Amino acid sequence: MSQETKTNSASNEPKSRARKAGGVPSTGHSWDGIEELTNQLPRWWVWAFYLTAIFTVVYWLFYPAWPIGSTYTKGVPGLNSITYTATQVDGTQVEKTTHWNMRSKFMVEMNELHAAQKQWFDKVAATPFDQIAQDAELMQFVTSAGKTLFSDNCAPCHQAGGQGVIGFAPNLTDDHWQYGSSYAQIQDVIVHGRQGYMPPFKEIITDDEITSAAHYVLSLSGEPHDAASAELGAKVFKSDTAACYACHGADAKGKEGLGSANLTDKIWLWANIPEIEDADEKLKAVKNIIAGGLNRGVMPAWEDRLKPDQIKLLTVYVHQGLGGGK
Amino acid sequence: MKHDKIERNLGILLVLTMVAISVGGMVEIIPLFFIKETVEKVEGVRPYKPLELRGRDIYIREGCYLCHSQMIRPFRDEALRYGHYSLAAESKYDHPFQWGSKRTGPDLARVGGKYSNDWQTQHLIAPRSLVPQSVMPNYPWLATTDLDYSDINLRMRALRKTGVPYSESQAEYERNVEEFGADVAKYLHIPDAEKNLIGQAQQGNYDTNPDKLTEMDALVAYLQMLGTLVDFKKYDDDYFVKFR
Repeated sequence: MSQETKTNSASNEPKSRARKAGGVPSTGHSWDGIEELTNQLPRWWVWAFYLTAIFTVVYWLFYPAWPIGSTYTKGVPGLNSITYTATQVDGTQVEKTTHWNMRSKFMVEMNELHAAQKQWFDKVAATPFDQIAQDAELMQFVTSAGKTLFSDNCAPCHQAGGQGVIGFAPNLTDDHWQYGSSYAQIQDVIVHGRQGYMPPFKEIITDDEITSAAHYVLSLSGEPHDAASAELGAKVFKSDTAACYACHGADAKGKEGLGSANLTDKIWLWANIPEIEDADEKLKAVKNIIAGGLNRGVMPAWEDRLKPDQIKLLTVYVHQGLGGGK
Repeated sequence: MKHDKIERNLGILLVLTMVAISVGGMVEIIPLFFIKETVEKVEGVRPYKPLELRGRDIYIREGCYLCHSQMIRPFRDEALRYGHYSLAAESKYDHPFQWGSKRTGPDLARVGGKYSNDWQTQHLIAPRSLVPQSVMPNYPWLATTDLDYSDINLRMRALRKTGVPYSESQAEYERNVEEFGADVAKYLHIPDAEKNLIGQAQQGNYDTNPDKLTEMDALVAYLQMLGTLVDFKKYDDDYFVKFR
């Protein structure tokens, strides 16, 4: 065999063209002893080819196919039509039938989805907040649908479990709520979004006053501080120049209407004070915020991205499902 | 045997292959130029403002399209996650379009307004600080690199050649006012491009650092307008069915 191959590749083509293998003539193409014969195409293959050609004709009858000038063929009318329900701008529902196309098929998919979820969303919409929490079956729907909505829309900032990121987005599972913890307040935050703002004080009060104020703020939550300085800081806090009390309240517990922070608890959002070990560094972190202010903490408004019933469901999920609501 | 000749002559094979592919392509593409329903009739779509345009160029430079598509298909799961399916009209001023076909990261066709500027900036600098399971690379240099906008006029002129209606003369500007309204038209005027670019960056403060005009400003400005031009509330929810 190897002997033959050698002679074959060494010899000229006309010679191999004359050769026959199993009675089928060779095409004369030979590479390293592998030879291409003039066999017919397999019959099954040829038929499969004809079938695909026939199939295209059937396809034209059922689906959009041929362009004709400024329009195109839409299949035989009535043979493969799609009926869906559309919601008009004014809220009315209309049933429509079209030729087969992806966008109509999508309408049907969405119709089916809404039909499947309708009884639940209707119930969420019709039930007052505090009663939803008491309906175990409804809460099951809220928890599972809420988790999906939360993961997609809220988790990028508030994290998957709602634990937030210090220096970025508040924790939703603790007892502290900057903008209030009632259902109505949470719903309002989701619908309209929020913009956090604290003015910079570096040009309003002196550096010494900022240091004292920072000691005072640290003292409020039991962090290490200089007692004498903190006493001075309390005066700065209550002074009309700095007017810290105007936003944070005379008791420094924050105001829900403004979203100002409660300075007396051990919860920190912008500076990770409990994690900083060095007392000087803690002081520096608080001073930075007082001096530079905060122009961050933007929560986008969701009224344009989510439907009202989705927002209501999310409100219950945040209040109940994450366990932080009061 | 003729086939013999094609197979043995690389030049002929190459030319004939190209002819065959071109015919296939032309049959599929050319009719779309004539079919009326190809591009949706929709309000709000406009060319990019200069700052967004620079942001888009950075998006391309950094290869964002390799992991992010900008094409929401008309499927239920995509609509639930990303929003309304993309329209042909929405990328009519995109040259080249950024539809993409690979989704290592999520689709970005409607990412505009979904997150705050803060989030976008922090996420581009260090994605895992906000999304622990993310595999996106860090792009910290965007926040520290000054934006080079010296050639913004040339970039707009290049797009003008592809048919994007950036205006050069007063008459063209007037036409844009008619089509897009004065608020938009002023941003499309090439002679004012630099002024408008700086103005938008200062007003929007996209990278949350008002003292510096960085590449981050441009990229976030671009991301924040993606998919926000069409107000779908204005249309019946099956209005787009009749197109294509």
